[in-house]
Amino acid sequence: MNTETRELPMTLEPRANYLNDGHSIRSWLLTTDHKRIGLLYMVSITLFFFVGGAAAAMMRLELLRPQGGLVTSALYNKLFTMHGVIMVWFFLIPSIPTVLGNFLVPLMIGARDVAFPRLNLVSWYLFIAGGASALWAIIAGGVDTGWTFYTPYSSTYANGHVLAMAAGIFIAGFGSIATGLNFIVTIHKMRAPGLTWFRLPLFIWTIYTTSLILVLATPVLAITLTLMALERLFGVGIFNPAMGGDPLLFQHLFWFYSHPAVYIMILPSMGVVSELIPCFSRKSIFGYNFIAYATISIGVFGFLVWGHHMFVSSQSVYAGMIFSILSFLVSIPSAIKVFNWTATLYKGSITFQTPMLYAFGFIGLFTIGGLTGLFLAALAVDVHLHDTYFVIAHFHYIMVGGAVMGYLGGLHFWWPKITGRLYCEWLAKLAAVTIFAGFNLTFFPQFILGFMGMPRRYPVYAPEFQVLNVLSTAGASILAIGYLLPLAYLLWSLRYGKPAGANPWKATGLEWKTSSPPPRDNFANAPVVTEEPYNYDAQAAELSLEENSHA
Amino acid sequence: MPDSTLAHAPQFDDASQQRESATFGMWIFLATEILFFGAMFLGYTAYRLAYPAAFAAASRHTLLAFGATNTAVLLISSATMAFAVRAAREKRRTALTVRLLLTAALGVLFLCIKGFEYAREISEHLLPGASFQFDQPYASHAEMFFYLYFLMTGVHALHVTIGVVLIAISGFRAWRTDAFMRNDTAVDLLGLYWHFVDIIWVFLFPLIYLVERHS
Repeated sequence: MNTETRELPMTLEPRANYLNDGHSIRSWLLTTDHKRIGLLYMVSITLFFFVGGAAAAMMRLELLRPQGGLVTSALYNKLFTMHGVIMVWFFLIPSIPTVLGNFLVPLMIGARDVAFPRLNLVSWYLFIAGGASALWAIIAGGVDTGWTFYTPYSSTYANGHVLAMAAGIFIAGFGSIATGLNFIVTIHKMRAPGLTWFRLPLFIWTIYTTSLILVLATPVLAITLTLMALERLFGVGIFNPAMGGDPLLFQHLFWFYSHPAVYIMILPSMGVVSELIPCFSRKSIFGYNFIAYATISIGVFGFLVWGHHMFVSSQSVYAGMIFSILSFLVSIPSAIKVFNWTATLYKGSITFQTPMLYAFGFIGLFTIGGLTGLFLAALAVDVHLHDTYFVIAHFHYIMVGGAVMGYLGGLHFWWPKITGRLYCEWLAKLAAVTIFAGFNLTFFPQFILGFMGMPRRYPVYAPEFQVLNVLSTAGASILAIGYLLPLAYLLWSLRYGKPAGANPWKATGLEWKTSSPPPRDNFANAPVVTEEPYNYDAQAAELSLEENSHA
Repeated sequence: MPDSTLAHAPQFDDASQQRESATFGMWIFLATEILFFGAMFLGYTAYRLAYPAAFAAASRHTLLAFGATNTAVLLISSATMAFAVRAAREKRRTALTVRLLLTAALGVLFLCIKGFEYAREISEHLLPGASFQFDQPYASHAEMFFYLYFLMTGVHALHVTIGVVLIAISGFRAWRTDAFMRNDTAVDLLGLYWHFVDIIWVFLFPLIYLVERHS
């Protein structure tokens, strides 16, 4: 995209940027700069990621032996609850939207900030307050309901700090709503001149759709958890069978939020991949409009498939059939995206830099996760696979193989822009390969375990499942190393990394037209957009012209 | 564009962009509110379809006079709020002050009437819980009706309270400062919120008080 700003020289520190615009703690904790708020989120969700990861590590160690013995059954229940709650609400849902989204949305659309910068900061404080409440619930003794809080267990029978945990999710939920609201208004009202909807980077389309889901689904979770908490406090409530209430209603309301929440996690990752693939194949994206429409339709269909979590929960057969068909339909826009990415690769000049490795990992793992989702959307097959490790493997392929791969790919892609520094490329490639290998070794055996009938959420299992469980735990150890590596070399790069320059990947997009790290107000001159996105063909022609003129 | 001379926050290009963004943001917030109430309306619908007779019997125990009066109070308050928005647009400070404070006062009146109504119902053992009493055979399902009643009107009353506080503060600001004369967006947004609270009540009133009143 042509802008009025020109490429800037490669010097770093002397120039004023958002990082050296105040060094006090106050200048960070009271900042209204979307870039700094993105970094606040990055630090916080990284902490939560390792807390949730620690719980997973304990579970995998427990499952090394069929008879268990490392932790008590009660503690095991608390571990998988903690892992689920922390990873879903305090890592995956905020991950790309609040970190990369906060940093990139105004930059990509050529704005100085989001529409409501103070509300943006409030979002982060709500997130931290919610996270603190959840962590307090864990430290004070934990919660054993599972991350789904099904009634009447959560409302009546469960021990532990259900209320503090639910309050944490409730509070953090309002942070999500505020973030979504901010992004929707920003994307509608603050685009640079010339930046029409169909010139937007596809990442913006996915953040936009994600924001719609955040805004429309999260309030339902908030009221559902409130109703559950009221029932727990007062013994009366709309899920209480003693009053004619139906616990199934809780499941309907919970999944009305929590199934769209899956798309909150995966759509932004798809957006990241849509940025990476054209950049590292030096080609314009194939079928831009189709990807944009597919994004919206995934968001819409995502609201209509919640019942596939309740095929065996006494939901009516007809409801089951409709939810099954609708769930199959989601695979169409998802497949459109995968085919368009691969078509973009076709005859591209592909380079295998770190972000691209994550993009490849995403496509492969997301495809497996998506296809196994079809097994589960089929009514009869789901009866066999429901609540087994097959489900665990399926959604980890989507959420870890998909969402986390996309997050890490995006983090590596925009790290030079965020920090102004380059990380160690060979270490980063090693980490990407390690994560891919460790992930598959962890979760592929779980497909087989689930198909053989091993149920989820048990600390003990039949001895014939041990080999596959040991493989899975071994994979988890490799995965853990893979996740610790980026922590090390990215921190290292902050001090010792080479200066990145404004556009180390020679990528298109407004965020690359400004210096790295960007100045407080993002652009020295307000950008004007005159081109389609991903115009790598024109860029290649321009570059070769420059080379010729130098020669 | 006359607006471009007005003050605006640094992230916006001009005051009209700021105004449009703020209004759009408010509409999105109201959409989240609809979903928030939506779950409760869903619960009501499910159980009314499941237990029609019990809901009809329970509804006849609600206090129609209180509910009807409150409907009138809220509708009038919406009208005064609409006049306040117009006063702000026409930059008439005294009229704005009076109309905002009148709206807040009507909100307080609504809450008072609601409070007396709750007191009557609690004394008639209609509050769900250990002390709940209702004629057989509908006792347990009528308890569900009254649970939904207290829940939905309670959450609504919470919204009214928030609205009253914000409108009263704005009334005093209009009285003491000329902030709204320079920029009336805040009054506009407050108006949107207040009408939303009113519309929720318009749906609550028939669902609670008018279930098979004719028989």
